[in-house]
Amino acid sequence: MTASEKKQLMATACKVRMGVIESTHGAKAGHPGGSLSAADVFTYLYFQELNIDPKNPKWEERDRFVLSKGHTAPGLYAALALRGFFPVDDLPTLRHIDSYLQGHPNMNSVPGVDMSTGSLGQGISAAAGMALAAKHAGKGCRVYALLGDGEIQEGQVWEAFMLARHYKLDNLCAVIDNNGLQIDGPVDQVMSPYPIPEKLKAFGWNVVEIDGHDFDQIAAAFAQARETKGVPTAIVMKTTKGKGVSFMENQAGWHGKAPNDEEYEKAMAELKAQLAEVEGM
Amino acid sequence: MAEVKKIATRDSYGNALAALGAEHDDLIVFDADLAGATKTGTFKKAFPERHFNCGIAEGNMIAVAAGASTMGLVPFASSFAMFAAGRAFEQVRNSIGYPHLNVKIGATHGGISVGEDGASHQCCEDFALMRSIPGMVVMSPADDVEARAAVKAAYEYEGPVYLRFGRLAVPVFHDEASFKFEIGKGEVLQEGTDVAIIANGLLVNEAMEAGKALAEAGISARVINLCTIKPLDEELVLKAAKECGKVITCEEHSVIGGLGEAVCGLLSEKCPTPVRRIGVNDEFGHSGPAAALLKAFGLSAEHIVEVAKDFCGK
Repeated sequence: MTASEKKQLMATACKVRMGVIESTHGAKAGHPGGSLSAADVFTYLYFQELNIDPKNPKWEERDRFVLSKGHTAPGLYAALALRGFFPVDDLPTLRHIDSYLQGHPNMNSVPGVDMSTGSLGQGISAAAGMALAAKHAGKGCRVYALLGDGEIQEGQVWEAFMLARHYKLDNLCAVIDNNGLQIDGPVDQVMSPYPIPEKLKAFGWNVVEIDGHDFDQIAAAFAQARETKGVPTAIVMKTTKGKGVSFMENQAGWHGKAPNDEEYEKAMAELKAQLAEVEGM
Repeated sequence: MAEVKKIATRDSYGNALAALGAEHDDLIVFDADLAGATKTGTFKKAFPERHFNCGIAEGNMIAVAAGASTMGLVPFASSFAMFAAGRAFEQVRNSIGYPHLNVKIGATHGGISVGEDGASHQCCEDFALMRSIPGMVVMSPADDVEARAAVKAAYEYEGPVYLRFGRLAVPVFHDEASFKFEIGKGEVLQEGTDVAIIANGLLVNEAMEAGKALAEAGISARVINLCTIKPLDEELVLKAAKECGKVITCEEHSVIGGLGEAVCGLLSEKCPTPVRRIGVNDEFGHSGPAAALLKAFGLSAEHIVEVAKDFCGK
């Protein structure tokens, strides 16, 4: 990727983060922490990787994305809105009674959402089903799923990993957002999922480990996933929960809490400063 | 008298899948290591490239089927009722029901007629679980002809469907040539005015036997087959309640949450009518031969006759 493309992605990621803050502030609820940790990968997926058409969200040949960690809908919605699937101005209606932006992704109400998720552990199975069906039907599209590091405590995730390898779903790419925190605290204190890459390798997957906030590494990982044949690829990315908002970073308390008015102003000021810095580069 | 042909509806399921598969390329089948027992193996033999074993992981299988359906295929996902409706309930609810996806759940080994395997495998709660999911169609066919017709109707219907089939071979009483099936429509198998006996699954044949015995005893029983528990054929049930004044429901399911309660729910609101529910009475099953179990749990023509006589004061 060129320096200018990278700069553009960094700027867009700042806007995705602003969308997360706008929507969770508007909802007075929601999950900013894991939305911010995944903001860079959401940005890369929707602005670089996925073969999609915002004007035709149900285009049959499109790549699919399943947000298996469905509670980070604010991050997905921000990326979808910025990509043109629906108005950015709608983001603050998140979770409102008259809004189509449900608390967790709903494929029937939100344009661009490929699978309804929210109950952890099921999205990766659905993504595997999509990849299996795509292969069976001879479709060339790819399927992507984003999982949380706490989410992989669900046994069903490993059933899906087993199935994806068994059926050689090399059109499937699972991204694991290893921000290290879940609702009740650090993942290794709640119920350690570690070592994640070794477990996935033992399940027969191609595994790439990256820094989930580095666009060069993200780009290389997705390229490697596309080139890998015969087995599915998992991208295990180290991230910072709450990334981009100083007082939310590495705080489990910001997993599922909305910023109040004061915190909103502070967060937006920080993100605007980051955007100005990127644009000034 | 010619011997009555008996076929288990799980066999009908496998045969129907194979027949439909020959006509429709988009039909695919998922199973969880029970293809021999659920009879999806019959489909697998004909179309191995469209049969996907998911291993012993029913929750995963259900969500995999959900994902596959979003790609335009029509998946039938199968296991025993206990695991398809029971173990995977939340996957059915959230990954199929909530997005209203076009997945058909073909659950075999419903009820206590599973027999020797015992209570752990005798699912008497599946109607209750599946009925409670918004938009889910729930069917329990009575014989081979109806079971194959129900599978075809499920394929043609756009949306989630739960189909319950049995392990035990049961009499085939429908005439294939004249039989018409429609989701949500019941059928009157015997006219009557003293009491309406509404049944589904293998209890339909028992209800028919009971209807004949009751006629000999001077009781005019209307025998109704309600294969579709949801959506309920309200018109047929209300008409029967109004004209007979008494209703007996019969199902190989707990009296809690199944056909009986669906009928009671309708009647209590639109036509209060005395009802007696025949089913499994809030207890678990038991190991034993299916026929003996059905008799022991009161799921028999004899018991229906007893209840009807008592109900009618005779």
